[in-house]
Amino acid sequence: MAELCGVIGVGQTKYAPSRKDLSMPGLLREAAERALEDAELTWKDIDAVVIGKAPDMFEGVMMPELFLAEAIGGAYKPMLRVHTAGSVGGSTGIVAASLVQSGVHDRVLTVAYEKQSESNATWALSIALPFSVATVAGAGGYFAPLVRGYIRRSGAPEDTGIRVAVKDRQNALKNPYAHLQIEDISFEKVASSPMLWDPIRYLETCPSSDGACAMVMAREKLAQRTSKKVAWVHATEMRSEPTFFSGRDQVMPRASLDNAKALYKKAGITNPRKELDCAEIYVPFSWFEPMWMEGMLIAERNEGWKMTYEGATALTGDFPVNMSGGVLSSNPIGASGLIRFAESALQVRGMAGAHQVDGAKKALGHAYGGGSQYFSTWIVSSAKP
Amino acid sequence: MRDVAVVGFVQSPSLRREPNRNEVEILVPVIAELKKSVGIANDQIDFVCSGSSDYLAGQSFAFVSGLDAVGAWPPVSESHVEMDGAWALYEAWVKMQMGYAEVALVYGFGKPSMGDLPLTMALQLDPYSMMPLWPDAVSLAALQARVLLENGHVSEREMAERAVRDRKNAKSNPFAQVKGDFEVEKLLAAPHHVAPLRKHDCAPISDGASGIILAAGERARQLCQRPAWITGISHILEPMELGVRDLTRSRSTEIAAQRAGVWRDKIDCAELSAPFTHQEILVERALGLSAKTRVNPSGGALAGNPMMAVGLARIGEAAQQIWRGSADRSVAHATSGPCLQQNLVCVLEGK
Repeated sequence: MAELCGVIGVGQTKYAPSRKDLSMPGLLREAAERALEDAELTWKDIDAVVIGKAPDMFEGVMMPELFLAEAIGGAYKPMLRVHTAGSVGGSTGIVAASLVQSGVHDRVLTVAYEKQSESNATWALSIALPFSVATVAGAGGYFAPLVRGYIRRSGAPEDTGIRVAVKDRQNALKNPYAHLQIEDISFEKVASSPMLWDPIRYLETCPSSDGACAMVMAREKLAQRTSKKVAWVHATEMRSEPTFFSGRDQVMPRASLDNAKALYKKAGITNPRKELDCAEIYVPFSWFEPMWMEGMLIAERNEGWKMTYEGATALTGDFPVNMSGGVLSSNPIGASGLIRFAESALQVRGMAGAHQVDGAKKALGHAYGGGSQYFSTWIVSSAKP
Repeated sequence: MRDVAVVGFVQSPSLRREPNRNEVEILVPVIAELKKSVGIANDQIDFVCSGSSDYLAGQSFAFVSGLDAVGAWPPVSESHVEMDGAWALYEAWVKMQMGYAEVALVYGFGKPSMGDLPLTMALQLDPYSMMPLWPDAVSLAALQARVLLENGHVSEREMAERAVRDRKNAKSNPFAQVKGDFEVEKLLAAPHHVAPLRKHDCAPISDGASGIILAAGERARQLCQRPAWITGISHILEPMELGVRDLTRSRSTEIAAQRAGVWRDKIDCAELSAPFTHQEILVERALGLSAKTRVNPSGGALAGNPMMAVGLARIGEAAQQIWRGSADRSVAHATSGPCLQQNLVCVLEGK
């Protein structure tokens, strides 16, 4: 029988284009120390370490966790390294939670990171291999046609993406860790920014960030020892499907819909729009907010854009999304999913600071990756399941 | 802990160079045969987990196309570790312990022949202090062998004896790459490859894949006549820096062995993943194996070494010993990182 797992510590670094002040081990340690401090624990209290990051070529180190684990107290402990494309941060959180839920470990530290300034992500994603088609387009070039597909199907107004970008950047101004802090962000400013991959403009795109995010999770009895609120894990779920095959719906992938159904079933949720108080969703390009509102069954098919348009997803709306500023404001790729999970935990612990949703009790953390084919999600709550 | 067993195992032959197949093409028949051998389809598999390395493939997200080999449609619940498949098996075992899955598919695959493996492995090192010196994997192992030889912990003869034993055992393993009858004297007469290591001290470079199916409780008994029950599994990491480690023993293997309960009873057979002869000796010692234990009946990693799949294959080989009834209790070992930095120990029992 599964043990209850609670998030008792969250730590984040300041996200920035280049953290030249820190080595890679230093970056992980900054996040891990803050998570331990939040959890009121020390390194020796941790039984196992789970590290997540996106492709190794993003920094140019093969299996970097082997040299990094010691910096976060992993020496002479079990250490796992997760890699599931862009969803990796979420998957890393899920693996860490499962180590507690299985009863294998009492307290687990998980850290996900990317130090994008060490290499070049678009290069790393665009290597031309023999005997295979190279798009050499980076992520934006890959996803733009999917966004166009969504616009065509849903009839969404063309400025929906701009509205998402403005909203997330405004939220980022309330989050001291956010990479992009654009004081004069406005509809005009986003609309007039250069078109990169039609219909995705420069300011509708995620930045390239250095950063790490950490969480400490513990089983029920130990989690309750903390003086702070605990975010209890109600459900976790993952789904994957192949990248290419005839008839695959890349705009609204079945893996996303299957994942959402399984997640809500486990969490006992029948009406996610009503029963969840807020969500941190993986939105690297603005249009993925309405797309994943539908992909997570929060909005009806082809109506996700209405939530954005009507302000439902704003910090003051009835279903706030990406209160932290989201991936659009900070994107240390391998950490971006874990940040979504961690921010959802902060919300239900009432510790999100200026971007706190009043009275948030139940929140969704979401990550996706690959060619819209990897999904990892969880639901956390201030109450035990 | 919940009863979880290895009920299926398939591997590809270890080849120095797969001439015509890419990583996924090596994997496709392995996974197809694995499902067939156990008699299950995707709709009976609750969780899938794999291990591979982007740097071997020379490509980001190299594992993504592994989903094609799984035939992940309808979508599957799936995860991936950038580690040997043995650690993917560990993640799947954890998922089964929490009651998430009854049956899990695990696989590992690698095609190191596409690059210069010893040099590629230098990219594993601390990028600020060690990697710029480009110490390749064989040279680092040679440093460790030097420490062992000069302090009298092992002899070159003992090392050669491991090569002779493993290659002899591998004669009965159709998937092994290096096999045959050799003599210690003749091996010792060969010149050094990277002193003090000779060629026979080093595992071959191999392309290959392996896969395992795990099942829990009653389901395992339905799928396998004599399931190989995992009665202990544990893994431990050491610091990477060679200067802060005791290179004359494998502390992490010792801790993992203790936690996995290796010493609770006799061990009939052991399958070790040590890629150098002196490391095989260290792992044998760390596991506390007696003379009664048959070591590497398959030939071990020294006879076939498909990186990212070799550790998982050791678990599969150790499980086969249980299925066949040639062992009641076996132990499998997997390793990662320079000079046995990270080690996993898995105890399997027929009961």
